[in-house]
Amino acid sequence: MDCAIRIAGLVKSYGDVVAVAGLDLEVRRGECFGLLGPNGAGKTTTIEILEGLLAPSAGTVEVLGLRWDRQPDELRARIGVALQETKLFDRLTVEETLRLFRTFYGGRATLSVETLLDEMQLGEKRETWVMKLSGGQRQRLAVALGLIGDPEVLFLDEPTTGLDPQSRRALWDTIAALRARGKTVVLTTHYMDEAERLCDRVAIVDHGKGIALGTPAELIDRSGGQHLVEVTTDPALPPEAFAGLDGMRAVRAQGDGFTLSIDGPHVALPALVARLAERGVRPTRLVSRTATLDDVFLSLTGRTLRED
Amino acid sequence: MTGGPLWALSGARIKQFLREPGALFWTFGFPLLITVALGTAFRNQGPTKSQIAVVAGPGSAAAVSALAGDPGIKVAILDPESAARRLVTGEVVLIVLAPSSPGSPFVYRYDPSRPDAPAVRRLVDERLQRQAGRRDPLPTRDETAVAKGARYVDWLVPGLLGMQLLNGAMWGAAFNIVNARQRKLLKRLAATPMRRSDYLLSFRVSGLVFVPIQVFVLFAFARLTFGVTIHGSAVATLALSLLGSWSFAGLGLLCASRAQNSETANGLINLITLPMMVLSGVFFSSSRFPAVVQPAIRLLPMSAFNEALRHVVNDGASIFAQGYPIAVLAGWALVTSVVAVRIFRWT
Repeated sequence: MDCAIRIAGLVKSYGDVVAVAGLDLEVRRGECFGLLGPNGAGKTTTIEILEGLLAPSAGTVEVLGLRWDRQPDELRARIGVALQETKLFDRLTVEETLRLFRTFYGGRATLSVETLLDEMQLGEKRETWVMKLSGGQRQRLAVALGLIGDPEVLFLDEPTTGLDPQSRRALWDTIAALRARGKTVVLTTHYMDEAERLCDRVAIVDHGKGIALGTPAELIDRSGGQHLVEVTTDPALPPEAFAGLDGMRAVRAQGDGFTLSIDGPHVALPALVARLAERGVRPTRLVSRTATLDDVFLSLTGRTLRED
Repeated sequence: MTGGPLWALSGARIKQFLREPGALFWTFGFPLLITVALGTAFRNQGPTKSQIAVVAGPGSAAAVSALAGDPGIKVAILDPESAARRLVTGEVVLIVLAPSSPGSPFVYRYDPSRPDAPAVRRLVDERLQRQAGRRDPLPTRDETAVAKGARYVDWLVPGLLGMQLLNGAMWGAAFNIVNARQRKLLKRLAATPMRRSDYLLSFRVSGLVFVPIQVFVLFAFARLTFGVTIHGSAVATLALSLLGSWSFAGLGLLCASRAQNSETANGLINLITLPMMVLSGVFFSSSRFPAVVQPAIRLLPMSAFNEALRHVVNDGASIFAQGYPIAVLAGWALVTSVVAVRIFRWT
């Protein structure tokens, strides 16, 4: 029973359009689980099925061992939700909105409004109408509303989309704190840094299918290692020119140059510089960096996450 | 304890409404402006005077002096051509041709299909006959009594209340719900354990607060400005208003049950309200429509409301004598609510 969510053979189609094309997943209790993928990959459809807002076309979904077609009322009371870009009651204040939602959970709402205002740094805005909040404040209110029933699982759909960098980081801290308190969190994102930073495990989805599953480190490691070197030369070299370098794992053409997966920059970089000198070519660009989930997605699909 | 969700939702609705100046104006201010505008335009101006023409000629001066003293008519001496032209355009109701030689008849020329023409003819004839010496064999005495609630403004105000309640149900509730669906607020609420009926009922609970205020404000204003009074029971007036608002709210909920965006809602609302504004006797009596469609018109909720409320307010009738319109209103309230809740979409 350490499994919070179990999805098997999930399919959702709208006429001819298939949004989710056979997804199998398990989310463990107490972990922060990320659905990572580009826009239109089926993340929102999947999470809305988990939230009981959409009915699946096929497959089974269990949340906390319960099913939406059998125990919808109990499930609604035990989960928390923040939809993508929630619009609330424009002319209620932050505090009034929290108090209103709190009544929906009856006795389950053990967190006080004061605690939530504090925790979400909304204390100063308690008297402000929702329509007058900034994007970051509105999103923090959305998360606070998700938490108000003291849920066992919290679903966050694109929690930081459209936020400025400072608000994003503030919200990340909040989510990390929830995770540290042992809450199960399921979030969708198309930001690789968000998934890396927050998630214990990540499922990468594309075209409605899971194409990779694991911890961010595992996924990066599986796709060719943590360290990358990006090199562009003048004149251009063929990929074979990099064969047999010390500590090299893989070569991938990218733009007008190459991305090399390497074991460690301290070994591979000197060897690479020596090889270029040997060939008599000049590097016009030479960057060493750590791999990200974006590189994982690229190596799996040949596309980047942010291509729309 | 924070109180139940139904009360919290209703309280939130009332707060939001009070914070929206536009909604306040359309709900409370606008009907008062219409009352003033129409009450003034169609006020009773005392007995109206009918314009008649005496064609210039030998006997015309005597005829004019006989007619001039009558409070019901205005007399002018005209040449035959302009008198004839004004009869055609309706500026004069009747033309008097005095005989050129004694013993020849007076001629009254008029269009008998004009509603006031026969009465004016009798009036003119009596004046001229009396001047010629006719005496009445019977003594008579007039006692005038203005019927209560008989002015246009008295008749108008109950209809305006109906319009106001219908608009409240449509623009206040239905539009609001569709807007919440479009902004995914309904979806957010559906993801909580909130009882869905509580959300829909909160519109009715807030209505219980607003309807009595609307009734009071409109009738108080109409009394102060035009002396309109409720001749029947005030409690009956309020009870009918609440029943009417339930019935209109059902229609509003039906409009709002599936529409995905405010444009669709806008169209649906106009489709429902505009025909009733014309057919159900808000501004003019629906008795002007042919008899064959009257049974259908009486089945409209707005017609039923106006009929029952006017009987109570204008005629002082008992609410218990309004069985048919009350049944119509209750039927609409029940059927529309049940269907709307069945087909209502949260996402």
